[in-house]
Amino acid sequence: MSELTDLTIAGALSGLDKGEFTSRELTQAYIAEVENGRALNAFTTETPDKALEMADAADAARRSGDVGPLNGIPLAIKDLFCTKGVLTTASSHILHGFKPPYESSVTSNLWRDGAVMLGKVSLDEFAMGSSNETSFYGPVQNPWRTTDGKARVPGGSSGGSAAAVAAHLAAAATGTDTGGSIRQPASFCGLAGIKPTYGRCSRWGIIAFASSLDQAGPITRNVEDAAIMLRSMAGYDPKDSTSINTPVPDYRKALTGDIRGLKIGIPQEYRMEGTPPDVLALWDRGIQWMKDAGAQIVDISLPHTKYALATYYIVAPAEASSNLARYDGVRYGLREQGGNLIEMYENTRGAGFGEEVQRRILIGTYVLSAGYYDAYYLKAQKVRTLIAQDFEQAFGRVDAILTPTAPCSAFSPGEKSDDPISMYLNDVFTVPASLAGIPGMSVPAGICSAGLPLGLQILGRPFEEETVLKVGHVIEQAAAFGARPRIWWKEAA
Amino acid sequence: MSKLISGTTGEWEVVIGLEVHAQVTSNSKLFSGAATEFGAEPNTQVSLVDAAMPGMLPVINAYCVEQAVRTGLALDAQINLYSIFDRKNYFYADLPQGYQISQYKQPVVGEGIITLDLKDGETKEVGIERLHLEQDAGKSMHDQHPTMTYVDLNRSGVALMEIVSKPDMRSSEEAGAYLKKLRTILRYIGTCDGNMEQGSMRADVNVSVRKPGGPLGTRCEIKNVNSVRFVQQAIEYEARRQIDVIEDGGKIVQETRLYDVAAGVTRSMRSKEEAHDYRYFPDPDLLPLELDPAWVDKIKAGLPELPDEKKNRLMRDFGLSVYDAGVMVSEPEIGVYFEEVAKGRDPKQASNWVTGSLFAALNAKGVSITESPVTAANLGKLIDLIADNTISGRIAKDVFEIMVETGGDPAKIVEEKGLKQITDTGFIEGIVDKIIAENPGQVAQYDGGANPKVIGWFVGQVMKQSQGKANPAQVNELLKKKLG
Repeated sequence: MSELTDLTIAGALSGLDKGEFTSRELTQAYIAEVENGRALNAFTTETPDKALEMADAADAARRSGDVGPLNGIPLAIKDLFCTKGVLTTASSHILHGFKPPYESSVTSNLWRDGAVMLGKVSLDEFAMGSSNETSFYGPVQNPWRTTDGKARVPGGSSGGSAAAVAAHLAAAATGTDTGGSIRQPASFCGLAGIKPTYGRCSRWGIIAFASSLDQAGPITRNVEDAAIMLRSMAGYDPKDSTSINTPVPDYRKALTGDIRGLKIGIPQEYRMEGTPPDVLALWDRGIQWMKDAGAQIVDISLPHTKYALATYYIVAPAEASSNLARYDGVRYGLREQGGNLIEMYENTRGAGFGEEVQRRILIGTYVLSAGYYDAYYLKAQKVRTLIAQDFEQAFGRVDAILTPTAPCSAFSPGEKSDDPISMYLNDVFTVPASLAGIPGMSVPAGICSAGLPLGLQILGRPFEEETVLKVGHVIEQAAAFGARPRIWWKEAA
Repeated sequence: MSKLISGTTGEWEVVIGLEVHAQVTSNSKLFSGAATEFGAEPNTQVSLVDAAMPGMLPVINAYCVEQAVRTGLALDAQINLYSIFDRKNYFYADLPQGYQISQYKQPVVGEGIITLDLKDGETKEVGIERLHLEQDAGKSMHDQHPTMTYVDLNRSGVALMEIVSKPDMRSSEEAGAYLKKLRTILRYIGTCDGNMEQGSMRADVNVSVRKPGGPLGTRCEIKNVNSVRFVQQAIEYEARRQIDVIEDGGKIVQETRLYDVAAGVTRSMRSKEEAHDYRYFPDPDLLPLELDPAWVDKIKAGLPELPDEKKNRLMRDFGLSVYDAGVMVSEPEIGVYFEEVAKGRDPKQASNWVTGSLFAALNAKGVSITESPVTAANLGKLIDLIADNTISGRIAKDVFEIMVETGGDPAKIVEEKGLKQITDTGFIEGIVDKIIAENPGQVAQYDGGANPKVIGWFVGQVMKQSQGKANPAQVNELLKKKLG
């Protein structure tokens, strides 16, 4: 039945509609793939029983004519989304044994629309990382390997999501993006991934990393699937004060293939020194595809781009240091006893948080400290405003912006683990859009010389996800990215 | 009134500022829908937000904002149409989020004024620096287990208003008057019940001393004092302590102190060096709070009569003294009671009855005016009975005592007990004649009016004979006539 798992969401919905197979059959096929794919270490928790139960419910609903937009589609859920009664860890030891008595708004929306949960997928601990190597449950493998068979990281922080979708262990997955955590793993794993406008998806029930940056979005096999998934995930939520009350369009309708007359900005500052020729060549190819489709290319400047990474690595850790204060061993998760309250805190947080999380808590605590606040946090907030203004001005002249997603293809496990700065540099193209709160998407567009996927990033105006998807769709068509990783993980199983 | 304190080196002035934490009267918490009722079983009024479960987000309770704005308006303060919620970060077992959501640099209410009522009708204006909204923490209970601390999160997330005064007070009396006046205003407008015993109102007291006219001294903050009396005692102690330290050649160290109620002393809690670095920053889960000026105007239009306005009106319309008017407005319920009694009656009489007999009776019974066995309507009727000569003032006191015990209607009591005043001239004349006949000595002493004081003795005798029921005016008149 492995061909069922090769269907996109759109393809599977069509088959379900026609009665060619049931959601139970589709789900069973995926459950088998999840078991076969354990070598990837993508899942932190498999929920096959729950999946079958949900599939049966979806089939029953379909029979009664109640067909949600995702009816019967098996998904993987990033383990940052709280799922009622199902272990939710943020890939951190500190949430040891934590089963939330509530369901996140985004996953509730998915279940409302008939989707089926296969399980929870791994991430960098608390979404802090770009390689999915900081998970307490061990690193996730990228299904893609170099042509000479070398292992690669799936990117992060939504590495488990990307690996599961790329290896067809799930039809699609939820991700979250704080500085590139959807777009970079999508690029590394040859997938589509969209981070919508800040405020488009509710953050309620998503374990917070950096509240002013975190956004949920889908990781899918193609742009059409991303459009379908996003429509279900998005929506106003009064429980999230930063959620925006604006209607959710049928994003699929935007995929017309027609971008004639659209103005596409090419920011000169993204042509950074040291970017591999493969990446630059792909970008140029993307520009050509745009021209070929009748779009107008406009050179633009985003002058504060060079400060974006530094700004991000002040703002995000600052918020994280405060957001993670609640993991104190008092009410839930891990508790390591101590002789007094302070010792209990130290023991719990020392044992519960990994090195990268501890590093960011320390950075965040430092930049908010009396005497340093103005020099770091306040200044970073000002620069953030300037970065947002850069985009605002650019979008006065262009309808979308085209850039590479990441400065390289997937790197080797351990390659950047001892050098946090080089790891942080991987976010250089994705972070500015996060700081500005604008939508951004990565679309698979080519293969590098080592045989690994490369993505292009499309950025758009706030709440103009439709334009982003439309342009992404044209790139997808032009690139005709049909490559798939060699299936090595089943041999390993 | 001298406010200075003498030391060995001369006079000292104490400078006081108060930060009052007032629990906002609201059915639900500042950022969650959980209930706020006092005295519930531990951890029964805790939402997922209050327990800081992963992924939970705060949503501002509009009613709490309305209450803060209402309070600001009642304090004649500036209402900031744009304000920010910040996180105040520190670790404690009863602070689930690891931070308190508060307002730091841009509070919802800015500068205002409060007028203190001091002794002898004197008043004094004290500046309000600001008012901001913030979350309360939970409660740590250290007495439930030999080695463990228990935590009750019922209070966690309850809305507090922190009302910060300027350092304008110069004596413990002024600080007491400030707290009482603030409490009165909050009760009038219904934004805080002002119940210090239940912790609805707590004060942090900033105290420093200086030579009169000199620069401000270093201050110490006495945290979490929970009664007006303790605030005053803590100030007295702390001012004296600081003067002694300085006069002994020492220096005041800026620090946080606690008032030990049992010992009557303040003790050091932590020094400036040990002070927390709260790492305030704007809460990214919440948007800036933006208020519509029309909404603020609507709240302003709906404000009830405030104590100062009411006091002036009572003085103007009822001719009450500053003191009596002050007493009448000290609690909203007293004012309401008084106005009902005074309406259409002699206000001085009404005021005397309320502040005199009624307060004494309430005190003796230990009940508040809302629980008074004597209703305002009945007290009014009692005054009417005096006014229309049905009973004398002397009998009225007895009737009142019965009313306190039974809650009964004064007219019925007078009827049942036969206390109606006797105005039958013939009957009174009979008693007067009898007393004059039986007491020739006193008649001689009166000497046809040469010694007028003696008439009082005759009046007393007649009243005694009539069991207090004879109309005193008639008795007087008859005696004067008969004694010549």
